[in-house]
Amino acid sequence: MTSTTLLFLVIGLGLVAWFFGRLKAASLQSRGPNSRSVLHSLPNYHGWYVALWAIVPAAIFMTVWSFVSPALITDAALTSPAAAQLPTDGFARAAILSEARAIAYGNQVNAFNPLSQSMVEPYREAIAYYQMIGAIAALLMVFACGAYAWLRIKPDLRARTKIERVTMLLLLLASLIAIITTVGIFLSLVFETARFFSMVSPIDFLFGTEWNPKAVAGPRGETGFGAIPLFWGTVFIGAIIAMIVAIPLGLMSAIYLTQYAPAKFRSWMKPILEVLAGVPTVVYGYFAALTVAPALRDFAVSIGISNASSESALAAGVVMGIMIIPFVSSMADDSIAAVPSAMRDGSLAMGATQSETIKKVLIPAALPGVVGGVLLAVSRAIGETMIVVMAAGLAANMTANPFSSVTTVTTQIVQLLTGDQEFDSPKTLAAFALGLVLFIVTLLLNLIALRVVKKYREAYE
Amino acid sequence: MNEDQKILEPSESVTMTDSAPTGITNESGTPKMTARNVDVFYGDKQAINDVSIDVNMDAVTAFIGPSGCGKSTFLRCMNRMNDTIPIARVTGEIKLEGEDIYASRMDVVQLRARVGMVFQKPNPFPKSIYDNIAYGPRIHGLATGKEDLDEIVESSLQRAGLWGEVKDRLQDSGTALSGGQQQRLCIARAIAVDPEVILMDEPCSALDPIATAKIEELIHELRGKYAIVIVTHNMQQAARVSQKTAFFHLGTLVEYGETTDIFTNPREEKTRDYITGRYG
Amino acid sequence: MNSLTDTSRRPTDWQGAEMQKRIAGRYAAERRFKAMGIVAIALSAGFLAFLLVVMVGNGFRGFAQTELPVVIDFPAVTSGASPSQFEGPNAEANLQVMGLRDIVDSSIEIQYGQDGTDLFSPGGWTAVSAEILNDPDIVERKATVYLPVVSEIDVAYKDEGTAGAEEQVRRLGDQLSTGFNWNFLSNSDATDPMQVGIWGAFKGSLITMIVTLMLAFPVGVLAALYLEEYAPKNRLTDLIEVSINNLAAVPSIIFGLLGLAVFLNFFGMPRSGALVGGLTLALMTMPVIVISGRNAVKSVPPSIREAALGIGASPLQVVFHHVLPLALPGILTGTIIGMARALGETAPLLMIGMRAFIATPPSGITDPATVLPVQIFLWSDEVDRGFVEKTSAAIIVLLLFLLVMNALAIYLRNRFETRW
Repeated sequence: MTSTTLLFLVIGLGLVAWFFGRLKAASLQSRGPNSRSVLHSLPNYHGWYVALWAIVPAAIFMTVWSFVSPALITDAALTSPAAAQLPTDGFARAAILSEARAIAYGNQVNAFNPLSQSMVEPYREAIAYYQMIGAIAALLMVFACGAYAWLRIKPDLRARTKIERVTMLLLLLASLIAIITTVGIFLSLVFETARFFSMVSPIDFLFGTEWNPKAVAGPRGETGFGAIPLFWGTVFIGAIIAMIVAIPLGLMSAIYLTQYAPAKFRSWMKPILEVLAGVPTVVYGYFAALTVAPALRDFAVSIGISNASSESALAAGVVMGIMIIPFVSSMADDSIAAVPSAMRDGSLAMGATQSETIKKVLIPAALPGVVGGVLLAVSRAIGETMIVVMAAGLAANMTANPFSSVTTVTTQIVQLLTGDQEFDSPKTLAAFALGLVLFIVTLLLNLIALRVVKKYREAYE
Repeated sequence: MNEDQKILEPSESVTMTDSAPTGITNESGTPKMTARNVDVFYGDKQAINDVSIDVNMDAVTAFIGPSGCGKSTFLRCMNRMNDTIPIARVTGEIKLEGEDIYASRMDVVQLRARVGMVFQKPNPFPKSIYDNIAYGPRIHGLATGKEDLDEIVESSLQRAGLWGEVKDRLQDSGTALSGGQQQRLCIARAIAVDPEVILMDEPCSALDPIATAKIEELIHELRGKYAIVIVTHNMQQAARVSQKTAFFHLGTLVEYGETTDIFTNPREEKTRDYITGRYG
Repeated sequence: MNSLTDTSRRPTDWQGAEMQKRIAGRYAAERRFKAMGIVAIALSAGFLAFLLVVMVGNGFRGFAQTELPVVIDFPAVTSGASPSQFEGPNAEANLQVMGLRDIVDSSIEIQYGQDGTDLFSPGGWTAVSAEILNDPDIVERKATVYLPVVSEIDVAYKDEGTAGAEEQVRRLGDQLSTGFNWNFLSNSDATDPMQVGIWGAFKGSLITMIVTLMLAFPVGVLAALYLEEYAPKNRLTDLIEVSINNLAAVPSIIFGLLGLAVFLNFFGMPRSGALVGGLTLALMTMPVIVISGRNAVKSVPPSIREAALGIGASPLQVVFHHVLPLALPGILTGTIIGMARALGETAPLLMIGMRAFIATPPSGITDPATVLPVQIFLWSDEVDRGFVEKTSAAIIVLLLFLLVMNALAIYLRNRFETRW
């Protein structure tokens, strides 16, 4: 019996339990002289009470079992005569066992190694044996717990309260997933990064200026894991070029739409600009690589920059900046809207023109909000992957020439994890170290930005 | 100073002849601002109906009336602040020293410099006290240099009676002042561009009684230097600070005349009802 | 009372030439500033328009294919195949044994000479089998079928190609025609740009999105209800809120690393499958749903809760009977927007191996699969020029789906959003 069938069976039995629980409660109700005083909760809740008792313990058991059983299965398979022929070398042994396991589970059809084929049969037997044990135990639990709950149904059973407590627990669990995910991200990055730093010194990684990752160290012990060129490339594209495009365009768009545009124009234009944020990044990346980059290169060559790269920082940065426009614009919009209109009136009543009011009163007043928005935009830009993967280069240059090629943290993460992944090679693990740096930097940017924005909002409330 | 004396203080130059139609006073001197047959519409809704009034240099004019009567709306027409509301439409004629302020050749920027405004809630800019005052002179280019600007700031703050309180902390933020000080800062800010008329839209409604008394005192001091129009929902305040009072009701000007006459001997039934507290 | 120092400033001469000049300058600055705003909007919107025009211009051709007519004299080459063979359950099997490829090739050689097959897309003959299944009677007569040409000629015919291909196009002249490229909608990835299609990637996207929705929606809604309705004000709640706000801003590639480290390496789930892709995207989408869900729940007025509590409903009944139904349109809007974002996401899926060459559409959540954006990425990397228009065509399809989803979200918002 596979685990899926078992799961459906358990759920089916749960429905049966619900039905019986409800039935018993209903019969108790009909027997009483005054139905309201007899039963604490509606029969429906009693049904759920029995059903949950039937399903939940069994489901917990099945989850635990699915973690425990693979080890048991491997142990059992290794006791078979075929296992005696296995090589003692740990790596080869593990490879054969995993192949045999994959075939036995039906994930793979043919074995590359004949030894694996010989291990398939012991595996199958062990799997069948332990699956059977698991299924029987689970079903026993369904019946036992279901029966226990069913017997407890009495008129004064506070079934609704109990069900509500369970539901509340479920709600809390759903909320906790956010924390679990954050912790999961942090732990998995930290764990792999620690392994990376056991091979490459953190100092070399964080302050080295040569990026040329190799699986094995060079003659002078250099590993080529100096990430400074990557950090520079990321900052150059995401925080400098993209922002030079996004801040003026986003800010001016927001100002025009909120301060000058007729309501009708605004109601059309705002969603159109928001479309820019909804276009998938892979489309921007393709556009940058296909259209913008060649055009910029031709332009650079025509003005006499002969070494212009077709994978220029400028192309990736400009396109990224355009992607960020709606982001900056909506943050600026919110910040300006939060400035009390009394400020605007005060300035206009002094005889200031509208642009003087905007430049000298509204923007200074909205500045903290705008700065917070820009920080969020930077955090988004440096974490953006597809545009730089497709349009920026792989050459780790430390240059401020926008027409030359630079590489970024995200590009290199994708590059390092493409193809064979060996989890004991510093090349693969370096991706996690880069990811950790990216995670921490974006986290800090976000925390600062949210704090700034919050402070600013409070100032005007 | 005794408040009662102020109310009864006669304003010699203002005379009123019985033959004048309701709403317009006949003056010996030329009025600073004149309004004739002004209607204001918000979309389809008429907020002001056929108002004609004169504002004089040497008297403080108070607009009183129940809330929603249009007194603030009319005030905002006088320096075209209603322009900021897209659906607002003004017809009729409002003149500043004989120039139609709604004429196409009238420059609204200039107009607002000449007709200053103080708002209901103090609205200092989130800048330093100095920059708040210097804002107007800077945008209009009134100062010839740094020293001149310093001088304008000082004299404006002095006129607003705030200099003594803030002279040592001109670089502090204007928003850090107390409510009453903020409002006097706003008055100083309006004074700094040397306006001819100052419009005050319920300037004390957000202030405590002590701060209110100071503002009222200040209005007394400023009288004669600027034509002052004050909108208030507080009849005692109108009686204390103004020499002339206009009573608005449902968008029309019911009665306009000497403050003492309006409060002691109103001509119109409605005014009497309002003054005696029948409604409002 | 302070004394007024009446500085004897001359009254401002507003009509003076200098002041008038200054005012004119200020108005000019005003116009310049306003023009800058218009330019900013025009540039932003213009870029969007440019992007769409380029994509549609390129991609439009991806839906078309260049064809050459091939006359196949079925009775002569099939040695007496009857239409009945190609009806019913055995039709496919009979086609297989028929050797259709050789039949087509020989017909081509008769018509276009020894090297004639070089003109045609290698997989093009499959169009003939589709034709036969569609209309079995065709095998009894001499029929003309239109088969796709090789990619080089296709490119040269539609646009500008290599010198050799352009020469071929001139030689073939009027024989070349354009037909709708049905393959593009029904095939999966392939090495020949004439034979690629988006069906496989589309199905992959669909399965991945279903997994994402099934996971992110319930969790997101429950979390939103908990945080907005029940959560006590304590450290744990603060931590949850901070986590959710941060997760919403974590770069998507980090979720890919999480999926790789946790789902693939730690739990050993199948690589490249829609299951892991969906899980990863669900973690990314969940915060979006929680945030929009909270706003929707927040906008339900307290009076409704009080009314329900007042007639003796338990706190849970209040929420599930009254608050949730009223907040649902808002939650759905947020969910659709979150799903649209997940549908366009590429980077995290690259991390968990959904970038493989997938020539058969996935049929389950653990089958190796790819999704539309990743397919676009993969095609964009191909050197063959024939892929350019296919990439753009796939982008058009993706954008269409996003457009529909966003339109649906806007419709829902306008239709059901109640202003309290």
